[in-house]
Amino acid sequence: MSGESAIYETLIEGGKHWSFTMRAGMQLRLIDSNGGANVGMLLYNPQNVLERYNAPDTLKCQHTFKLTKGHCLYSDMGRIFCSIIDDSVGWHDTVCGTSTQRLVAERWGERSYQQYRNGWTQNGQDAFLVEGAKYGLGRRDLAANVNWFGKVCAAEDGALSFDAANSPAGGYVDLRFEMDSLVLLHTCPHPLNMSDQYPRNPVLVRFSKAKPVGGDDFCVYSRPENARGFANTELYRLCGSEAGGGRAV
Amino acid sequence: MKTLREESALLPAEAVFRQVVPAGDYWIDTLKQDQVLRIVDVEGNQSADTLFFNAADIADRYSAVDTIREQRNVYLRCGSKLLSTSGNVLAQIVADTVGRHDTLGGACAGESNTVRYALEKRTMHSCRDSFILAVSHHDHLGLGKRDLTHNINFFMNVPVTQDGGLSFADGLSGPGQYVELRAAMDIIVLISNCPQLNNPCNAYNPTPLEVLIWNPDVR
Repeated sequence: MSGESAIYETLIEGGKHWSFTMRAGMQLRLIDSNGGANVGMLLYNPQNVLERYNAPDTLKCQHTFKLTKGHCLYSDMGRIFCSIIDDSVGWHDTVCGTSTQRLVAERWGERSYQQYRNGWTQNGQDAFLVEGAKYGLGRRDLAANVNWFGKVCAAEDGALSFDAANSPAGGYVDLRFEMDSLVLLHTCPHPLNMSDQYPRNPVLVRFSKAKPVGGDDFCVYSRPENARGFANTELYRLCGSEAGGGRAV
Repeated sequence: MKTLREESALLPAEAVFRQVVPAGDYWIDTLKQDQVLRIVDVEGNQSADTLFFNAADIADRYSAVDTIREQRNVYLRCGSKLLSTSGNVLAQIVADTVGRHDTLGGACAGESNTVRYALEKRTMHSCRDSFILAVSHHDHLGLGKRDLTHNINFFMNVPVTQDGGLSFADGLSGPGQYVELRAAMDIIVLISNCPQLNNPCNAYNPTPLEVLIWNPDVR
């Protein structure tokens, strides 16, 4: 289910950041062009940025540790920013946070802008701070992010392991936006990626219009919790959001 | 399952502070560097939803994801260093009779209760409301809703399966079990004693917690 033809497509090089707003009814496809990419992502309600992606609610509402097709990304207000309507990869991480200046310097050494220009070693936390500040967000507004294409397993005793081979070249994930959402993203490395060199993997970003949510929608009915999450979101879209019914359901 | 239990040598009679926190209530205070805080699960299987802030810089606060990533383990136990968003150690777990604690499940809220249980649960009391009341009643601290992020659930057992599932299991805790933390710097501690009435983990019966504080010189 790839949605309709692309409205816009762009390649984000590895180690970069961007932000944009997705209206309800839009679809975002992320494509791991070369394999092994990471996309750090945070989501906010552009009408009230105090409403934001909440990883613990997302996990506990769906009794999951990973994110994949059928899962929805919840705000702290019991609503759904977007649902994962397709996923060729099968496992995305939302519990390991993002890389920091300290982590990048310790693992790969610091590469200054002065010397390396845009080949410097940007980190995920600074990337989020730069994009967030454009909307009035700061350090206090950062929270647990999604790491698209990242797989981190937990053993029985809780020990974490990162699977560097999780995402092949051409791997993709499709997000259908259920309410207007501010999207902050970066392509800095997953914080548990231990490669010798700073990983610099590009990601293709494609915007399109999503097909309407059907009566047998996989995400709505993947769990009884999600039917209630969609009901909350629909009420907001009809009565509380600026755009009003962003689309017919 | 490998667990690490470590009892404390501290005597309640030597504590400089001692208070019972009823279910549905909050406790907020500042711990000085090297003071030790004990949280007691008085009747068993209660959840102490807890947040920490660097008292000198509230934006530098407990980070569940940095903590589990840097210790390479999803569970908190004796020895776990509680890291901040800036990578600083805020506190360390120095005694623990339970064996493991959760930091993935977050706090309950009226809104997430609508999703988890039923839309009509929206008006029930929740940890998030207790957190909001705490920071609103203590607004001199400068904390607000944006500062209330992903907490620790002391005494909660949330096992992760190898295929990526998450379950809410019966607690490993019991009456009188406790966890102790030593402050690595001056920190604000905010605890909500969870009022959740919909989760079988506490047998639908939230019960009191007790907090005790010792000064470093009694050690």
